[in-house]
Amino acid sequence: MSFIEYSNLIQDGDVAIVHLGHNSVTAVKVQHGAQTQTRFGVIRHSTDLIGQRYGCKVTCSKGGWVHVLHPTPELWTVALPHRTQILYTTDIAMVTMMLELKPGSVVCESGTGSGSLSHAILRTIAPTGHLHTVEFHQQRAEKVVEEFKEHRVDHLVTVRNQDVCKDGFGVTGVADAVFLDIPSPWEAVGHAKAAMKKHGGRLCSFSPCIEQVQRTCQALTERGFEEVRTLEVLLRVHNVRPVTLQLPDFGPDSSSSSSQATEEAPPSAAPNPASLKIKTTTPPREMPGHTGYLTFATKPRT
Amino acid sequence: MAQNEDDDYEYRIKEGDHIVLKRGDVYKAVQIQRKKKVIFEKQWILLDNVVGHLYSTTFEIASGGTLQPKEDKETESSTDVKVAGTDNRNIVDDGKSQKLTRDDIETMKEQGLKNEEIIQQLIDNSSTFNNKTEYAQDKYIKKKKKKYENTVTVLKPTCRIIAMMYHGREPGKICHLRYDTLAQMLTLGNIHAGSKVLVFETCAGLVLGAVMERMGGYGSVIQMYPGGGPVRAGVECFGFPAHFHDMLHEFPICHVNALLAGTLDTGAKDPTAVRWLGTTETSIIAEEKHLNAAAEQEQIQPEAERQEGSPADERMETNTGGDAGQDREKLEREKRQEAKERKVKLEEKRRKLAAAAALLEGRNADGLVIASQFHPCSVLLGLIKFLSPSRPFVVFSQFKETLIECYTKLKEQGGTVNLMLTDTWLRHYQVLPDRTHPLLLMSGGGGYLLSGMTVATDHSEPPAEEPAPKRQKVKDSEG
Repeated sequence: MSFIEYSNLIQDGDVAIVHLGHNSVTAVKVQHGAQTQTRFGVIRHSTDLIGQRYGCKVTCSKGGWVHVLHPTPELWTVALPHRTQILYTTDIAMVTMMLELKPGSVVCESGTGSGSLSHAILRTIAPTGHLHTVEFHQQRAEKVVEEFKEHRVDHLVTVRNQDVCKDGFGVTGVADAVFLDIPSPWEAVGHAKAAMKKHGGRLCSFSPCIEQVQRTCQALTERGFEEVRTLEVLLRVHNVRPVTLQLPDFGPDSSSSSSQATEEAPPSAAPNPASLKIKTTTPPREMPGHTGYLTFATKPRT
Repeated sequence: MAQNEDDDYEYRIKEGDHIVLKRGDVYKAVQIQRKKKVIFEKQWILLDNVVGHLYSTTFEIASGGTLQPKEDKETESSTDVKVAGTDNRNIVDDGKSQKLTRDDIETMKEQGLKNEEIIQQLIDNSSTFNNKTEYAQDKYIKKKKKKYENTVTVLKPTCRIIAMMYHGREPGKICHLRYDTLAQMLTLGNIHAGSKVLVFETCAGLVLGAVMERMGGYGSVIQMYPGGGPVRAGVECFGFPAHFHDMLHEFPICHVNALLAGTLDTGAKDPTAVRWLGTTETSIIAEEKHLNAAAEQEQIQPEAERQEGSPADERMETNTGGDAGQDREKLEREKRQEAKERKVKLEEKRRKLAAAAALLEGRNADGLVIASQFHPCSVLLGLIKFLSPSRPFVVFSQFKETLIECYTKLKEQGGTVNLMLTDTWLRHYQVLPDRTHPLLLMSGGGGYLLSGMTVATDHSEPPAEEPAPKRQKVKDSEG
């Protein structure tokens, strides 16, 4: 297992994703002799996980079962322990494409936070790219280093424990792309420019508030960035389900013959002749209406 | 400094490069060829001059369509009028505020006046301009700039640019797949270097190109194609280095059933040939025979063509007299040469089919991406069989209903988890001091996605009832 390479069998030391149904997942560190409690019962790592194939169904002690999945950055995003507010897959997808990330890209990121975006970046830039990520919170920086090691992606990433607004990214003239998710991104725009390649590159800043966007855009323009664009992307989930709708009873229809009336009755309406079943989707009762504004810009050649 | 020169080499525009022209939000992908004129935004331009310049350079279109690199980008200051009104209570639309006529403007253009100068003239001759508010003036200038602008920027193609270009220019060709939806597909599909990905698309090759870019030449992509051959116009736009094509394989969708049943004979070229050969005759001799037959068939074709052009040949014969015999000999030689080429081509095609089949046979692909105008249900159910367990798949459709059907079928069939039917909503913002708001116009729809993850289907256990705790949980969450 690695977050950047698929393997077939679950091995000791892997991080496996246990799928408990209904988009509920938890991450498990696989260890000989260890046990994991789920609401369906206990999973014994030595017998239930190690040597099994990823994607297999594991029957737990209470007779319930779970699926064990190979880790991906997307599954990690929904399973990871939150130490901060994180970026979710919808925004991550947009950031990855609009920053033009691909194998070999050198990326600067700040703050590292819980590492949700970091894992997605590492997946995309492997095997030849590199991520320089800056986190000013010492405990978070240490924790994320540990995770990168566990996930076997540490060779692709350098974590620096410093203040990006004061000290920058710790590298100059190397980055193809910079991502900022900090409270005052406008203070880091200069450092971002310095970190980027002489030939240019792409920048993205994620901010929840429009005032932050305003100041960032201004700073970007002042520093000579071009193509400054702000956008927002929202995920809409459609729940697929059958819906039964009642048909009103208009009473006996004298104008049409009785045989025609029975023909028109829907076939699915056998138990209750006055209803119609359709397959449709319903929106969730509540959905995230705002995550953050994404501001993108191009650094021209300097 | 010598090193600096080397640094720049890969950023320089070269002849034969695939590039993207940009003006404002309009893009166009072209290949650079000497003396070739291209039309962009109603203007003919000649690309010869851009060779040797750096990517992202902005050029000015001179007369005759030749391009000159733009000197300085700071021409904004030329129009600094600092008299402005506060509101529009005294501005009356009488249609006479602009004193320059259409002809005047045309003459200015013919005189070769710079666009900034034309705009300044328009401002000077507008009686209402000074009464407009500062913001309205700004808007006026921006609008005129857009109209009289004659610059073009040359960009290196990337997935972002090509996806935006296709969505802007030819959404019908890519099933109205919006670029943010494509971005979701690549991420939900966990497309990355080193994996083995199946792609089925009828989006002009845009989706295939996007997948290839994300894989960076590592791993393999198998394009499943309908009809006679794969469409890759969009892939060309990316201008990938040659080695990227080594990872690209193709497999005709009409052979999927045979491959799944284990009856695919990779020696055969087309489905009819499979019937001829039968399943037992897989020996090299049979293949050879088939190849020869096909080559002979091809031989007949050019002969027929040649007969049509026979008057010319005859004339030549009478003219040159003695060369007739030689000519015939040459013809024979050509024919043999062509037959040989055909044979080589056929051999190549067979080799490719065998290679793709070998990749698929293990049924251990790492990802599946579908985006086509075909009904996605049959495509998905057919191709998902090639995936390893615990691998993501993603299906795009312009219509939600088709994906509802896919969802239902997958639920019935089992073997998947984390099924999600989604779409994304994209909103652009104008961010200006005191004038920040969402753009007035946004895209109505960028299509829908069904994504999920494969899991092992256990044949040992019967498709038993869900265990009690789980059933309870499902009921709880639904209620």
